[in-house]
Amino acid sequence: MVADALTRASGRARRDPGAPTRWALRATAMLYLGLFVLLPVVVILQRGYSDGLTNLQDALDNFGAWNAIKLTVVMAFLAAIINGVFGTLLAYVLVRIRFPGREIVSAIVDLPFAIPTLVAGVMLVALYGPSSVVGGWLEDHGVKIIFAAPGILLALLFVTLPLVVRSVQPVLAELDREEEEAAQTLGAGSWTTFRKIVLPALRPAIVAGGLLVFARSLGEFGAIVFVSGNIPNKTLTAPVFITQLLSPGSFGATGGPDQAAAVAGLLFGLAFIVVLLTEKLISGRLERTS
Amino acid sequence: MAIGVHNVSKRFGDFVALDDVSLAIPTGSLTVLLGPSGSGKSTLLRVIAGLEQPDSGEVAIAETDATALPPQKRGVGFVFQHYASFKRMTVRDNIAFGMKIQKRSKNEIRARVDELLELVQLQGLAGRYPSQLSGGQRQRMALARALAVQPKVLLLDEPFGALDARVRKELRAWLRRLHDEVHVTTVLVTHDQEEAMEVADRIAVVNQGRIEQYGKPRDLYEHPATEFVMTFVGPVTRFGEAYIRPHDLEVELQPSARYEEATVEKVVHLGFEVRVELALSEGERLEAQLTKREAERLELLEGQRVFVRPSRLTEVEEDAPGARVAS
Amino acid sequence: MSQQAHAEPIAPRGRPASKPESRGRAVRAVLVGIALFYVLVLIVAPLAGIMYYGLRNGVGPITDTFSQPDVRHALYLTVLIMLITVVVTTVLGLVVAFVLARDRFPGKSLLSAFVNLPLAVSPVVVGLMAILLFGRGGWFEPFFSAQGIQIVFALPSMVIVTIFISIPFVIREVVPLLEELGMDEEQAAWTLGASRLQTFLRITLPNIRWGLFYGMALSAARAIGEVGAVLVVSGQVQGRTETATLYILRAFDQYQAERGYIVALTLAAFSIVLLIGIEAFRRRSLKRAGQE
Repeated sequence: MVADALTRASGRARRDPGAPTRWALRATAMLYLGLFVLLPVVVILQRGYSDGLTNLQDALDNFGAWNAIKLTVVMAFLAAIINGVFGTLLAYVLVRIRFPGREIVSAIVDLPFAIPTLVAGVMLVALYGPSSVVGGWLEDHGVKIIFAAPGILLALLFVTLPLVVRSVQPVLAELDREEEEAAQTLGAGSWTTFRKIVLPALRPAIVAGGLLVFARSLGEFGAIVFVSGNIPNKTLTAPVFITQLLSPGSFGATGGPDQAAAVAGLLFGLAFIVVLLTEKLISGRLERTS
Repeated sequence: MAIGVHNVSKRFGDFVALDDVSLAIPTGSLTVLLGPSGSGKSTLLRVIAGLEQPDSGEVAIAETDATALPPQKRGVGFVFQHYASFKRMTVRDNIAFGMKIQKRSKNEIRARVDELLELVQLQGLAGRYPSQLSGGQRQRMALARALAVQPKVLLLDEPFGALDARVRKELRAWLRRLHDEVHVTTVLVTHDQEEAMEVADRIAVVNQGRIEQYGKPRDLYEHPATEFVMTFVGPVTRFGEAYIRPHDLEVELQPSARYEEATVEKVVHLGFEVRVELALSEGERLEAQLTKREAERLELLEGQRVFVRPSRLTEVEEDAPGARVAS
Repeated sequence: MSQQAHAEPIAPRGRPASKPESRGRAVRAVLVGIALFYVLVLIVAPLAGIMYYGLRNGVGPITDTFSQPDVRHALYLTVLIMLITVVVTTVLGLVVAFVLARDRFPGKSLLSAFVNLPLAVSPVVVGLMAILLFGRGGWFEPFFSAQGIQIVFALPSMVIVTIFISIPFVIREVVPLLEELGMDEEQAAWTLGASRLQTFLRITLPNIRWGLFYGMALSAARAIGEVGAVLVVSGQVQGRTETATLYILRAFDQYQAERGYIVALTLAAFSIVLLIGIEAFRRRSLKRAGQE
């Protein structure tokens, strides 16, 4: 049996002129990704957790550490929810409703993909910072955006908006209108139709988009470092905290790369789980509809 | 022999697409690989072209062993079911592609493309893009493109399958005329039995990865080697244990030797032909095909008692002309 | 016996818009309004804000900013890193895209997950990874310091981290295109005598070119916008390892806000123009070749 398979395989290789190219491509791809992606991940986990959980505990002992992590997770979650709702709304409006300037709005929605995150932070400070017109007015009324939690949320919402819209839009555009029409002939109003027919069909895309927002927000640095003021226990987020661990002496963190690796490993683990979930969600959806 | 296939086998996972297939296709002929979906006919064609690698066996083209050669080097022209037009090139550039690869001179290319455009009747459309052509036009372009590099064999994979019925019939006849003019060894894959009978010099009936019979259309029709060939290549109706052709069933009003009694269930007038659905005394159903004249002579009515017998029993012959040679 | 059914009154044709229809229109208008407001507050207004602060004093500060040597060096460094990144991620990205779209082998879905990973990882973590690999005590550090090559706190590490975060873009654009295109055209080219390389250059590349360009543009935009990772690995040596984004950070830190705004605006403008341009070309190309 094995001999048969071997002769078959070697016979095939002899006669398959395309095989060498195929193997070369496969090897290149795996080397590229192995070096650039797998290796760094492994080194983080090794440096952070080769001593078990000591590095993590030491890291979390630092002033503001726990709150940084909590704040990051909470903000990421809020961003996912809010942009989940508004992103879906935007996708719906762009796909289903014809209004003047639709193309422009579609382009604007893609803007955050183009703009550097740091610049996004700068933009928000420009508009909502204490010295600006809008920001000053808001502060007079007790609403602090920059150097406070709302600023962080705004920055995240800006940066992650396209993720949900782009996830939902193609699914919505492909939807077969017949189910909705059938519901309407059976007496369902627009909102009911939306809630019972459209939304369930969109749910995987919305959730996938939301998960992407969450993962992205966990790690966001550029937009936040500028906008938040990085105040420990108030507006310090985990990514910024990690940079502080790497330059010891800032804000009393004892730091060091091993602790940074431990915290990074935590963040990374969360993000990785999210990526896996999203993949499963998307492939699950494909299996169900095919 | 233009094409020689020797003991080719191919599986996809657990599915056996080709099971020890051998075939010898004479130069200059038009052979049709006929079979139902999943029979392996397309796989066989692609193995000949070098687009699929067999697990075992050899392929020879124009007497040279082509098994280890990539499709580039086999000298085959291939026409795909969904045209495979180069979307971003004009009709002219499509047809010229093979010649450009061969680095022929510009003048030579231009002359030959013009010649081919005329052959396939697409003059005047040279500057269009495939998206601006109809399906039939795209397929004619694909043919011209394949012929441009003077292939040793021309392979067509269900070339008319994506076209509607009328265009299909037109192109079918057109292809036959083209072949008579150009004489390139051609192999065509189809599941359409009518197409096969109309176009082919020879037909290979493919079923479940094996060739059941390879021979002239008339031989397949009148001397089928297996039951499958008989049922696939023409209409059949069961008479007791055997299959017979509906037009070989004689219907009379008076009993006679070896006639069996039957009742007319339905008479369907199909223009020139009349189909008579009958039931034997045991309830078995039969179908007879009569000409209009015969039907008028008999004046058949529903419920009438008649007598039927086969004028000839087309028996399945194991050693019919072209029957598969056991390997 | 037939029964007399109660006949429902049938509305005559040509009646004016009934209440449900006008209500539907109002709802749609409200939805559009909310969506527009959200986009305005979140994206448009801040963009206007930065344009205001960068441009309000006219051309003077702009020329002044671009004449600063550290600004020029920062921009030069950003462009250099971007070019290297785009070349590497395009060439190798095409290889990966082909393998993902066309090849079949066990573990392929793992490859796919690796491709998407950089999107989910924090850039700071990326920088940390580089430090752990190439910095003091790192796995590769002995090898490189023996060769006399400085990786961290120097250009090489900045290029490496930027490549990492830019890996997904070309691949994600090209794979669906390759899958949709299928192999028919390529196989046709083979039968016409074209080698695999010729087929790739003459048939495949032109067919995927706009998706490829878009992916390259996304890659470029991401590369010039990178800040977290390069901050960690660069050591922020002014004039040597300071990219445009790091310059912006320092500018605001050192109370040179206007210069910061101007450079920020420059980066934004470059990315936007790049992406709009490619998208516009893509639309025009689709219209010309038609869709098959």
